Amino acid sequence: MQLKSRHLLGLEGVTKKEIDHILDTAVSFKKVLERPIPKVPTLRGMTVVNLFFEASTRTRFSFELAEKRLSADSVNFSASTSSVLKGETLRDTVRNIEAMRIDFVVMRHSAAGAPHFVAECVDAAVINAGDGAHEHPTQALLDMMTLREKVGRLQGLHVVIVGDICHSRVARSNIHGLKTMGATVGLCGPETLLPREVEKMEVTVYPHIEDALAEADVLNILRIQLERQKGGLFPSLREYRALFGITRERLDRVGRSITIMHPGPMNRGVEIDSDVADGEYSVILDQVTNGVAVRMAVLYLLAGGRTKVEGADDE
Amino acid sequence: MKIKAELMDEQGIIRTLQRLTHEILERNRGIQDLVIVGIRNRGDVLAGRINNTIRDIEGETVSLGVLDITLYRDDFQRVTESPVVQQTDIPFDVTDKKVILVDDVLYTGRTIRAALDAIMDQGRPAMIQLAVLVDRGHRELPIKADYVGKNVPTAPGEEIQVKLKEVDGEDKVLLLVP
Repeated sequence: MQLKSRHLLGLEGVTKKEIDHILDTAVSFKKVLERPIPKVPTLRGMTVVNLFFEASTRTRFSFELAEKRLSADSVNFSASTSSVLKGETLRDTVRNIEAMRIDFVVMRHSAAGAPHFVAECVDAAVINAGDGAHEHPTQALLDMMTLREKVGRLQGLHVVIVGDICHSRVARSNIHGLKTMGATVGLCGPETLLPREVEKMEVTVYPHIEDALAEADVLNILRIQLERQKGGLFPSLREYRALFGITRERLDRVGRSITIMHPGPMNRGVEIDSDVADGEYSVILDQVTNGVAVRMAVLYLLAGGRTKVEGADDE
Repeated sequence: MKIKAELMDEQGIIRTLQRLTHEILERNRGIQDLVIVGIRNRGDVLAGRINNTIRDIEGETVSLGVLDITLYRDDFQRVTESPVVQQTDIPFDVTDKKVILVDDVLYTGRTIRAALDAIMDQGRPAMIQLAVLVDRGHRELPIKADYVGKNVPTAPGEEIQVKLKEVDGEDKVLLLVP
């Protein structure tokens, strides 16, 4: 089965069948990661450039590991040490890299739509590793893989995303993906951090965390970015924690278990307390493990069809 | 493709697998350190049947694994879409074991080459032997089966179709021509 698009730019418009296929493939790759030699020769000879214009350790590390586990060659580009500083345009940057024969571009950029632009300029397959506040599809995929594995299903699950939704590409990709897979989504956070026109997103908005907890099967807790406080979007971290922080006491009051997720990195003691993050219902570390498997699956599925040599199928 | 001949019927397959199992036990002098790994699709079914026959003869089965070679194929650059990856399930250590690799049809040998790589990534077997139901010739690599059900000379455009009850609802081996 082939994915409809040559690229993975977002989860908006990706069908349930495609998402199921990606997640099923990721399960097979997760098994590869558990072997004594956690490597397969599948993408040998293919080259991936990790084009990160925004800082990232976790996502880039995860992609790099996925690429190496597939025996692909990976090259890293970080904007701070490149000719972008000399004023080179995005189009030229990518064209130059492509002249060195690249099969994949894994890209993170602060401008929404940048990967879409790059996809038009190059022959390589483009994977969006985060574009502005728009989408971060592999994060949502690994979130869904973790839920499928730990809770057993996505259909009918009620997932509440807590925190700075407005600036979150993780939230947006999750909303698209979860709705496609038959889950329902709730959002909870200060009104200043909710997106405009949230009514159009077909989600439940909870002004108070207690109401959200009463209905949630799963909490996906987003990091509160300290820069937002400086922008006057909420009064203080202490007040955020008081009103929206996920603490042991709040969860105990609910009386049933809620699965806890966080894309990382965490501000312990702000949006999430340590005993919750390290507690029995937390799947945060599973998310990280599954991240490598999901990214291997995406690379594998986008690699098929990159015909380099003319020839018929052999047996 | 149309059917040119029925090479084996249900009884034929049963008798052939019986003989192959006896040959395997004869050459390896019993089941000591013996494990069986079947290659998807259908090689795994045949491996299961051989293991059941081993139980009938020796009184117990040996460890059974299933191998999916999709990630080790050498034609990945040429196919037009990513082949579906299925699970490899080898829930035991292959190191120092005598591995009987089982597949339905041996043709160019590339599948077996991929299977050898896949098994070597799992450990260091003492020995790998190959059992196939049908050998149709036209090897492109220096690979040979240790145990062969039936040798069938074929032309390149022809096809050997192995049908097994567990997968296809019936037991039959057919020769197809374009």
